[in-house]
Amino acid sequence: MEPFDFIEVKVPAKAEYVGVVRLSTSGIANRMGFSYEDIEDLKVAISEAITNAVKHAYLESDEGEITIGFGVYEDRLEVMVADHGGSFDLSKIKKDIGPYQQNDAIEDLREGGFGLFLIDALMDKVEINSKYGVIVLMTKYLHENEVGQDGDQVSTTQ
Amino acid sequence: MNLTIDVTNKEHKSIVALSGEIDAFTAPKLKENLLPLTKEEGQTIEVDLQNVNYMDSTGLGVFISALKSTKEHGSELKLVHMQERVHRLFKITGLTEIMNIDSTVQGGI
Repeated sequence: MEPFDFIEVKVPAKAEYVGVVRLSTSGIANRMGFSYEDIEDLKVAISEAITNAVKHAYLESDEGEITIGFGVYEDRLEVMVADHGGSFDLSKIKKDIGPYQQNDAIEDLREGGFGLFLIDALMDKVEINSKYGVIVLMTKYLHENEVGQDGDQVSTTQ
Repeated sequence: MNLTIDVTNKEHKSIVALSGEIDAFTAPKLKENLLPLTKEEGQTIEVDLQNVNYMDSTGLGVFISALKSTKEHGSELKLVHMQERVHRLFKITGLTEIMNIDSTVQGGI
């Protein structure tokens, strides 16, 4: 099997801990050598997954825990976000995701509908399993040859 | 990991200066402060995002509900001084089409 380091973080399913996991994510991704842009993408994607889990726990009135697992590989970071609440209707959620389309009425815009869409847009691979609670598995690859190309851009945006 | 909200009221204009991070924890507080301002007819609400260094879909949700409220009450919402990273989320989600966003993006290329 491919060697990897595994880091597990457990937080209460409360909104105030989303930022804590975001900081951990930033630290791990920085350690791995991800670019500034990629780290920002990872922070958003992982926060979205945890926010979903927090909302889910809240709806179930279940003051549970959220488990976040980081698989650190040579060429990629895999992040698993799991809540252990009851199952949810994945097909319904999939139906509700997508960007704003020009002919959509503003009144019909979903205030909370962009989370999964952003995860999908910002990560390289996303898998969702909702059999027992909800598990989101997200992968982002280290594109090492792009780091050099982005070098100038990073320094000028600081 | 917090959000500071500073509201300055002028005649027909409210300036909301934000500083910090907008996420699941801080978004409800922002919504609570922003929405009442949109309920006054003829009012322009200018949200200054210069010092917002992190935002996710919870922030998008707050601005969508504020925008809906302005349409309902005849007020106006403007987002100004947005950082490039934050602006990117509006672009990805297609919300640049409907939001009034100041084009001078901070730290843009």
